[in-house]
Amino acid sequence: MSDLAHEAVGDYRYGFHDPEQSTIRFDKGLTEQVVRDISELKNEPKWMTDIRVKAYHHFIERPMPEWGNCSMLDSIKFENITYFLRSSKQTENDWDDVPDDIKNTFERLGIPEAEQKWLGGVTAQYESEAVYHSIREDLEQQGVLFFDMDTGLKEHPEIIKKYFCSVVPYSDNKFAALNTAVWSGGSFIYVPKNVHVEMPVQAYFRINAKNMGQFERTLIIADEGSSIHYVEGCTAPTYSTDSLHSAVVELIAMDNAKIRYSTVQNWSANVYNLVTKRGIAHSNSVIEWVDGNIGSKLTMKYPSVILKGEGAHAEVISVAYSGEGQHQDAGAKVHHLAPRTTSNILSKSISKNGGRSSYRGLLQVTPKAEGCRSKIVCDALILDDISRSDTYPTMEIGNATADLEHEASVSKISGDQLFYLMSRGFSEKEAMGMIVNGFFEPFTRELPMEYAVELNKLLELEMEGSIG
Amino acid sequence: MEILKINDLHVSVDDTPIINGVSITIKKGEIHAIMGRNGAGKSTLANVVMGHPSYEITSGDVTFLGKPLDDYEVHERARSGMFLSFQYPPSIPGVQVGNFLKKSVASVRNQQLKAREFRKELNSAMTQLEMDKSFLSRYVNDGFSGGEKKRLETLQMLLLKPQLALLDETDSGLDIDALRVVAKGINEIAQDAGCLIITHYQRLLDLVKPDFVHAMIDGKIVQSGGPELALKLEENGYDWLEA
Ligand SMILES: Nc1ncnc2c1ncn2[C@@H]1O[C@H](COP(=O)(O)OP(=O)(O)O)[C@@H](O)[C@H]1O
Ligand SMILES: [Mg+2]
Repeated sequence: MSDLAHEAVGDYRYGFHDPEQSTIRFDKGLTEQVVRDISELKNEPKWMTDIRVKAYHHFIERPMPEWGNCSMLDSIKFENITYFLRSSKQTENDWDDVPDDIKNTFERLGIPEAEQKWLGGVTAQYESEAVYHSIREDLEQQGVLFFDMDTGLKEHPEIIKKYFCSVVPYSDNKFAALNTAVWSGGSFIYVPKNVHVEMPVQAYFRINAKNMGQFERTLIIADEGSSIHYVEGCTAPTYSTDSLHSAVVELIAMDNAKIRYSTVQNWSANVYNLVTKRGIAHSNSVIEWVDGNIGSKLTMKYPSVILKGEGAHAEVISVAYSGEGQHQDAGAKVHHLAPRTTSNILSKSISKNGGRSSYRGLLQVTPKAEGCRSKIVCDALILDDISRSDTYPTMEIGNATADLEHEASVSKISGDQLFYLMSRGFSEKEAMGMIVNGFFEPFTRELPMEYAVELNKLLELEMEGSIG
Repeated sequence: MEILKINDLHVSVDDTPIINGVSITIKKGEIHAIMGRNGAGKSTLANVVMGHPSYEITSGDVTFLGKPLDDYEVHERARSGMFLSFQYPPSIPGVQVGNFLKKSVASVRNQQLKAREFRKELNSAMTQLEMDKSFLSRYVNDGFSGGEKKRLETLQMLLLKPQLALLDETDSGLDIDALRVVAKGINEIAQDAGCLIITHYQRLLDLVKPDFVHAMIDGKIVQSGGPELALKLEENGYDWLEA
């Protein structure tokens, strides 16, 4: 590795950065040279440089998506974005600049000071080393590879070369192209055959402000008969001065494998969160996306599963919470390509204070996919008259044997529910919080305990601010 | 001690009068029963006392524990010892009964509960009401049968130990065995509380002896008496009360 690259990337196996002193920083805006420089700095193999460059050109040529929230998308200023590694010093925000409402939320959630600083982007690193190390040792013993993506590429280029862009090609959409051109950070995991990783593997413990993800890239491969649960993100508000976050996640579940990928994201209200998440499920495998979006200005995210092998199953459980000035455009896409594949989609959204939530879904059943089953349930809860919820379901059904169910509901909090809870001693705000938490419960109960508790608390805080 | 004093109360919904001059005073240790046909205004009376926002008190006054009702918000009434067993308890999907009970009892008592003590208390109340533990992990009233809802209402009453219990058709939907355990619970609470029982049937009043019985027609109390009035109403209906 060149000194320059070493300085910039750091020598961090398992995601622990050495203290960084580098001051490498690119100017704002994106050119082919910037893309090449990123790759060179990381000392990447040529094939990766080539993919990046191709992806860059695709990004430039590709028009903006014509769905989602076009007017919001058009306000992204690509030329004002810095596309690569800043030094830790330059990444750090000043604590005084972290908005007061976010600081208050930290306090109310009881988040320790060190973690608050990390979430606020004030310190680049936050590590729960003890927890992380014990998890890591377990994983190593089982032969599981778990690296940040940059390190993964150095240590296991052959695996990454085989699967990188195999699920989400750079030509998939404009933002997947952008991510492929400039990606940095993210996780790489390979689970060997028949290995079951019992504990959820949490990215939370090893990411730092730098690679937490403007353009993170994650690749998880579960080999035959293996299983893993990966958890990323955090419920506490994550303050970022970067306005564009565009990640790509690729999952590959081989025959009889199971991958669950859980996310809770709560970006600050200036962030565009445009993420492409997709998995390929081989025979009798299971891919589950558990996806919660609370913050950001605009989120566009539709976790997808390609049910490629017979008997494969997809599960997508998502919740979205939109407050003032926010638009959560989320949903799910499932492609039934093989016989007897099944899918369940549950989408729940809450809109308040003028927020907007959209469900955008695609369900595809190809002609040769005999005997498929799919159930889609979309529930929206709208807390006031100025908020909005829409659903845009698309179905392409090419096989008449498919057994399909689709339910959608839009509701308000009923006065009778509020009255009932208040008659049991809860203030109006507490009652609202309880109803809202109950509404999200089918999602929350799927999360690891500490995430669930924090999410409930957070929604209660949101409700306190929402009325009276 | 006067727990609840209602004086010439008039209530409307959307400018339609429903309660047209009701006066009742309930003292500690007294059990009052209100009987009347469907639509007479019985639930409205109970809901107004608890503070349902749909109803407008157009005149008259109500005091609870010596203070005007207006001084309390709904949850403050609950925290001060008022309890309404709903005729139709709504479901709260996603909220587990166990969690809900713990939080509710903690807010009404205004204290953190000691987990073990609360569990003990809960166990004994549930045993008394012959409720299975599996209730605790179900969602509040969600998919409950009529009888299950009434049991959960009664369980809440036992835990919250109110000073004023408003029981709106707590007996409906209960089979005779369930009625017996629920009645036992009511009797227990009634010793130290004021009780207002709304019912159509004598069978609950056989088990919970009222001190006063009131017949309500068109939002007015047209006749008050002792337990014998309930028997008479059950036998003869309400026609004879209409002039
Ligand atoms: N929220 C409401 N909105 C409109 N009408 C109501 C409402 N609540 C009660 N009413 C009307 O008031 C009358 C009395 O109802 P209620 O108090 O439920 O009677 P009861 O409990 O004696 O059967 C009925 O005519 C009912 O339709
Ligand atoms: Mg009634």
